[in-house]
Amino acid sequence: MSPTDSASVAKTPLHDLHVELGGKMVPFAGYSMPVQYSTGILTEHGHTRAQAGLFDVSHMGQVTISGPSVATALETLVSGDMASLEPGRMRYTLFTNPAGGILDDLMVANSSAGTHGHLSLVVNAANKHADLALLQANLGSGVSVEMHDDLALFALQGPVAATVLARHAPDCTDLAFMGAAAMTVGGVACVVSRSGYTGEDGYEISLAGGHAETLARLLLAEPEVAPIGLGARDSLRLEAGLCLHGHDIGPETTPIEAGLRWTIAKRRCDEGGFPGADVIPRQLADGVERRRVGLRPEGRAPAREGTVVTDGAGAAIGTVTSGGYGPSFGGPVAMGYVASDHTAADTEVALMVRGKALPARVTKLPFVATNYHKS
Amino acid sequence: MSNLRYTKAHEWVRMEGDVAVVGISDYAQEQLGDVVFVELPDVGASFAQSGQAAVIESVKAASEIYAPVSGEVTEVNSALDDAPETVNGDPTGGGWLFKMKASDATELDAMMDEAAYQAYVDGLD
Repeated sequence: MSPTDSASVAKTPLHDLHVELGGKMVPFAGYSMPVQYSTGILTEHGHTRAQAGLFDVSHMGQVTISGPSVATALETLVSGDMASLEPGRMRYTLFTNPAGGILDDLMVANSSAGTHGHLSLVVNAANKHADLALLQANLGSGVSVEMHDDLALFALQGPVAATVLARHAPDCTDLAFMGAAAMTVGGVACVVSRSGYTGEDGYEISLAGGHAETLARLLLAEPEVAPIGLGARDSLRLEAGLCLHGHDIGPETTPIEAGLRWTIAKRRCDEGGFPGADVIPRQLADGVERRRVGLRPEGRAPAREGTVVTDGAGAAIGTVTSGGYGPSFGGPVAMGYVASDHTAADTEVALMVRGKALPARVTKLPFVATNYHKS
Repeated sequence: MSNLRYTKAHEWVRMEGDVAVVGISDYAQEQLGDVVFVELPDVGASFAQSGQAAVIESVKAASEIYAPVSGEVTEVNSALDDAPETVNGDPTGGGWLFKMKASDATELDAMMDEAAYQAYVDGLD
């Protein structure tokens, strides 16, 4: 990296801790982030599936929007049902464009107290400035929009995440999957949600950046907790079948093509009122030409993003959008878009890797069964 | 004293008679991270010096491996098919990649010895 680049790369409040822990720092979405620590991605991945991993995701955008009819206002930009989102609940939704494409995916939590509407959004780091501009330009004068660059965000993920966090925040075990609440963790004021991006049970913890290192050290002192970098975050979410915006979903893919129909409530589909709303029912009625599927190479060679997918006759039928090695799956895993007549599970396809047609099969997602908390 | 010679692309060569044993350096495996797949050349394939001869896939990415010398591949380390992680654990020993019958021994002259390679790597960080 040149000195000019270093100067333009932002640091999260945990930057010095990452370096101290042996993090291999790389530029990602404008931030210097740990891709892995000294033990490596395979170990970190396995640790998260077996115990608990602590991820610094402070680079993501944390935006609050507030006003008397904030949910209705947000519904003009997203395809999900925000009006029915109750206080203390969180929902995954999508910013769409007029073509029905996905501008970003985000989490929305209803953090209202009393009658004043208050929604907390977490958006992708790479899109956060565009998302902020979109919100500011469209929500109207009755809604205030604020980006909180002063906040840090952690994810604590894994089968013992609840056990570990409960030592410092006993109330966390009361949270249902996709529930959110303000609580103190180790004496620090936080907003904690039971959510994540690994397929495991776990939490996302928002707190003032000034307390981030103290709380991170407290959690890392628990014997079950290890720091986890972006490399394992990516392999964990890929095994869980979760989309990465800018790769598996984007402005050129619609929720229907992406297999995210479940994020659009029937009311939103019937009533419309969001960008691209006319496209969704039409695609539901007429079908789409391509769909996102899981792809399982039959050999050991991974197929990376951009790999062309072909049918038995060698004709191109799609493209890999995320691909790599699934440490828990124990082999290469990928997802991508293929022509709709090739989306049935077990369909034989080929992946063109370095000029060779490697046999692969279409498969249902996820690759590794999810382990979300069930109340 | 190590008898390995290194390239700037982080391959190493160990000569056994006129056969060059080829692998990647400890620095290279550290940079790549966990290796999950190695695509080895076919025995009998010929490469010019710096021709792409193999691919190492880590969890993160695919990396091309270049022939450090010109010649014909005489043997590949097929144990890596089932244990690619050997490249991480023993990069200059059991993690060797392939052997080549070197057609021009003078190609080694420009390569770095252990001390020169170490100095080169230190300059990269």
